[in-house]
Amino acid sequence: MTAPPAPSPRIHTDDREPGRLRLSGQWTLEHARRIGKQLESAPAAVAAIDASGVDRLDSLGVLQLLRFAQRRRIAFEDVTFRDDHRALVAAIDDVSDERPKPRREYGVYAALARLGYAVTDNWREFLALLGFLGEVLSKLLRMAREPSRFRPTATVFHMEQVGLDAVPLVALLCFLVGAVVAFLGANVLRDFGATIFVVELVSIAFLREFGVLLTAIILAGRTASAFTAQIGAMVSREEVDAMRTLGLDPVDLLVIPRVLALLLMLPLLTFVAMVFGLLGGLTVGAYGLDIPPQQYIARMHDTMELRHFWVGLAKAPFFALVIALIGCLEGLQVEGTAQSVGERTTSSVVQAISLVIILDAFAAIWFMEVGI
Amino acid sequence: MAAGTASATPEPVIRVRGLVNRFGDQVVHDGLDLDVLPGEIIGVVGGSGSGKSVLMRSILGLRRPNAGEIEVLGIDARSDDDAVRRQIERNTGVLFQDGALFSSLTVGENVQVPLKEYHRDLPDSLRYELALLKVKLAGLPADALDKLPSQLSGGMRKRAGVARALALDPPLLFLDEPTAGLDPIGAAAFDHLIRTLQQALGLTVFLITHDLDTLYAICDRIAVLADRQVIACAPIAEVERLDHPWVREYFHGPRARAAQTARERNLGILDMRASDVRSQT
Repeated sequence: MTAPPAPSPRIHTDDREPGRLRLSGQWTLEHARRIGKQLESAPAAVAAIDASGVDRLDSLGVLQLLRFAQRRRIAFEDVTFRDDHRALVAAIDDVSDERPKPRREYGVYAALARLGYAVTDNWREFLALLGFLGEVLSKLLRMAREPSRFRPTATVFHMEQVGLDAVPLVALLCFLVGAVVAFLGANVLRDFGATIFVVELVSIAFLREFGVLLTAIILAGRTASAFTAQIGAMVSREEVDAMRTLGLDPVDLLVIPRVLALLLMLPLLTFVAMVFGLLGGLTVGAYGLDIPPQQYIARMHDTMELRHFWVGLAKAPFFALVIALIGCLEGLQVEGTAQSVGERTTSSVVQAISLVIILDAFAAIWFMEVGI
Repeated sequence: MAAGTASATPEPVIRVRGLVNRFGDQVVHDGLDLDVLPGEIIGVVGGSGSGKSVLMRSILGLRRPNAGEIEVLGIDARSDDDAVRRQIERNTGVLFQDGALFSSLTVGENVQVPLKEYHRDLPDSLRYELALLKVKLAGLPADALDKLPSQLSGGMRKRAGVARALALDPPLLFLDEPTAGLDPIGAAAFDHLIRTLQQALGLTVFLITHDLDTLYAICDRIAVLADRQVIACAPIAEVERLDHPWVREYFHGPRARAAQTARERNLGILDMRASDVRSQT
């Protein structure tokens, strides 16, 4: 049905009946612009329209004609259509009575309003997180009183997923960062003839900060997103609602095993991270800086105090709590669609990483003030 | 087995000849023939796995058949030429099972997508107004225009899907299980909508369904898919009488009898067979 070259829409007037417009050609979507032009250039005094000569008519043509008739105050009865077009015209006339304007503000006010909404949304998000923390803690207490609520299988399963499976990644990344820190430090310290201080640099950096921070950031990307996606998919398929109707508490079933798993595994992974960070420094020292491993370890023994290790490790449970809570909470807030799962997953990673770094900064200040 | 078409009928809108579709060893269609005539509502039925959706996807060019000819509006649907394919896409509207609306766009923006794609020169205000018109033609209130698909109920999403399918005023409309998942009232209203739109816009409708009520209420002809072919393509009264195990089971099971009686009860109320003149050639 490839149509022959389309005759464009035209308006003719007859000298005997100057107030009567005769239409011809194709009044369809393809010719929208030409229809508009034709109608604009139509004579001012129009009493009736004869559209029975139109070859093809679609909803756009009808719409434009009806609007034109409205503007020129031509009664609907004075517009004649071909018989087989009547049904279409009637259907469109039925629904084209109102014409609301597009409602979309692009101005400064809209931008300000969006900013306002974003601020309140973030505040609400923060309150929700605090509330969720309270809920999880109180249910942990309840679990302590009623141990039968505890799900050992789920907890161990998640320990494997978040902990054991992450060991190679954490170890590799920390080893590399340890090596890089050693190199960077050595470049500066060599000028002072103090290359041996690389040992302190790497050790303090990894024991106090990098070990736990790198682990937390890796897990925020790896685990928070997984928690959100797992729980979110369950929410969107109404599995969580099904649990509730069966008298099962989703916090007991889904959240607490994940929180406990991360609470146990993050400190252990932090220990792994510290060991491999130090090994990275040691390796660079041995191969790049002429510090033999024996000397490196002896130096560590002499200069390092245990408190650095404890400062680093003490932060791990807090980071674990933040990551697990955000991951689970975002998952539970998923609404229906697949798109929502995606949005929540992104949001949970962003929130978890930001909050971990913010907490770490505050912790660093606090430990400094206290003098540990 | 030929799809029952009389010789004096007009040129078919869709013409399928010797269609073969295979998935690995599994043969879904084997030499399937089908004609869809202009201005009719054809209901395609068949058991699960009989290849209803595969047939539709083949006709739409979403799936390349293993063999056979498909013509849509006289155009070869298997063509590799993009310009030819666009000609078909421009002239067909499709409603997928759950509406398949773009979830990040509002209903209004969804309807405007094909308008923007094919008619870039359309003024914004006119495009907006046309979208509003289509949304209301599909039986949705005007304020649905600014809603996201996730804010609509299942029935409304389907109506929004119809509005998008009709955006370009296509002469040919494909519906995949339009009443699945709707309550009986919603389903009846949707049947009515399809019939009204078909009459107002002069559409040819290719309708896949399981819903017996829909078949009785609005379909001019029924194409039955079984044994990898179209075993019958005729008005429902003829198809009912067919002696085939699946057809017997389908049309004379308990649910079918309920639909028949309901249909007889409603005959006086819903005057939907006004187009019988056209279909019973």
